[in-house]
Amino acid sequence: MDPLFGHGIDLTIVLIVIGKTLATFVVLLLGVLLLIWYERKLISDMQNRIGPNRAGPYGILQTLADGIKLFFKEDLLPEQADRRVFRLAPYLSAVPAFAAFAVIPLGGSVSIAGHRTFLQLADPPVGVLFLLAMSSIAVYGTMLAGWSSGSKYPLLGGVRASAQAISYEGAMSLAIAAAVLIAGTLSTHGIVADQAGKGYLRGLLPKWNLFTVGVVPVVIYVIAATAEINRPPFDLVEADSELVGGFHTEYSSVRFALFYLAEFMNTITVSAVAITLFFGGPNGPEILGLGGWSGFLWFLIKEILFLSVYVWIRATLPRFRYDQLMDLGWKRLIPVALYWLLLIAALRVGQDQGWNAALVIGIGIGAGALAWGLLGLAARTGAEQAAEDALGLGEVRA
Amino acid sequence: MDWAVFVVAGIATLVGALGVVTCRNPVHSALMLVMTLFGIAVLFVEQDAHFLAAVQVIVYAGAVVVLFLFVIMLLGVETNEDLHKDPLRGQRPAAIALGLLMLLEVLLLVRSNWVTGAPSTAGAARSADQTNVEVLSRSLFTRYLLPFEATSVLLLIAVVGAVVLARRPTRAELADINEDDPDLVTAE
Repeated sequence: MDPLFGHGIDLTIVLIVIGKTLATFVVLLLGVLLLIWYERKLISDMQNRIGPNRAGPYGILQTLADGIKLFFKEDLLPEQADRRVFRLAPYLSAVPAFAAFAVIPLGGSVSIAGHRTFLQLADPPVGVLFLLAMSSIAVYGTMLAGWSSGSKYPLLGGVRASAQAISYEGAMSLAIAAAVLIAGTLSTHGIVADQAGKGYLRGLLPKWNLFTVGVVPVVIYVIAATAEINRPPFDLVEADSELVGGFHTEYSSVRFALFYLAEFMNTITVSAVAITLFFGGPNGPEILGLGGWSGFLWFLIKEILFLSVYVWIRATLPRFRYDQLMDLGWKRLIPVALYWLLLIAALRVGQDQGWNAALVIGIGIGAGALAWGLLGLAARTGAEQAAEDALGLGEVRA
Repeated sequence: MDWAVFVVAGIATLVGALGVVTCRNPVHSALMLVMTLFGIAVLFVEQDAHFLAAVQVIVYAGAVVVLFLFVIMLLGVETNEDLHKDPLRGQRPAAIALGLLMLLEVLLLVRSNWVTGAPSTAGAARSADQTNVEVLSRSLFTRYLLPFEATSVLLLIAVVGAVVLARRPTRAELADINEDDPDLVTAE
């Protein structure tokens, strides 16, 4: 629990909470503003271009200029559109993106107006589940935008959005469950607190969940979360070379800006969640003279590194094909994530019961190899049968 | 404070529930259902059942209704069904009668001492040193372990059943069907 609410609630505390809400919102919006500029600049560098360089120093105000331009564009409403849902969809996209960011610990605890408080808007006891809930309802925005446009390409984008979100949610949840299993709590603050302290190899490596869970869930989380927020290489939902603009083809002006905003807010939130769960959140050596605020600086540094990786991925990888997307999600990520979760659980139980760790790992690897072999056999048989059916179907019909 | 939250969430739940049955467009109905589910989730939070609230949103709003919408989108909603013709004769009066009976039952229960106002009848939803998730998981994995495992087996059976039903028939099976009833294959 946040120490802020420990001694009853008075006006100062209400004001602090309102201030924190506004500050979080402003941080996120500023982050989006800078991220869009940063992404365009970095991609330009990777592609040997200059990128935005007109508005402000190094083109840093380019996003602001684009935003203002979008506000003065005509707001179109297609004739075939389902008006109410069409108007509602952009907000359904933007609100979960912001709400999810509320449970991210941005720093350690600081003093504001004589009250100790966490640098975190909210710390619900089910923080991680709240994140999952927000990510699972974020799909409504994309899906309904596609459906309500009353046109074919957006509809295809919307259908893809729902299938993709449901497929990758499983793998993402299982990867997150690994971190929850280690920390033994669902509160985001608790998970960060659990990662503090002396690390591995005599303190050479920090005690981050990245090492505690054994890297694999982290990789799975990053892949699944990228698919979940429809960023390249998983942007099949808007796939401009196949679907014109996908779900937001018919959108213009402020509503389009909201989708754009939501997409980048999601990118920031997903990186922040990865940092919180696996990279120690705002933990780090205290920087001199900053006290409780040095955590925020560490968080920013980690966030920028993470976002750079996302931009790098976007600049490097081509878009997945739809069948590749489904194969990766269902046949690779979910089995591996499930197996790894069971392995971690077995090790935890072994620790409590005093089993031989080497034996547990040995049996675990053996069982994993067996399961992988069986799964491969099943997949091959299925594929063979499907191919045979495809060949033989005409014959039988005739 | 609790009262205000209850009233707002209750109104959202009821308006959503009425919307589900009165909206003419199936997509609007599904969205109203989401509103109802959210209202109920807020009521769960108010009763200290944080875990239940989160799971309600993740499973029902995040997966079940998304699948509803997926199916509606794939099948299309252009077909205007005639709402004045009952597919089952006498369905409407029966539904109204059963609904009234249900309402009467709820009202009777409210008057009896079944409703105590306590958040939970199976012990406190949380204690000083244990969060709701801890209390819930402890009772789920000790006292209610057998029902819990039975439920998971039931779900497994449902998954296997769904796969069997959705599976394409193999070539050999198709040939069998072909012999028995040639129309069936050509219809496919």
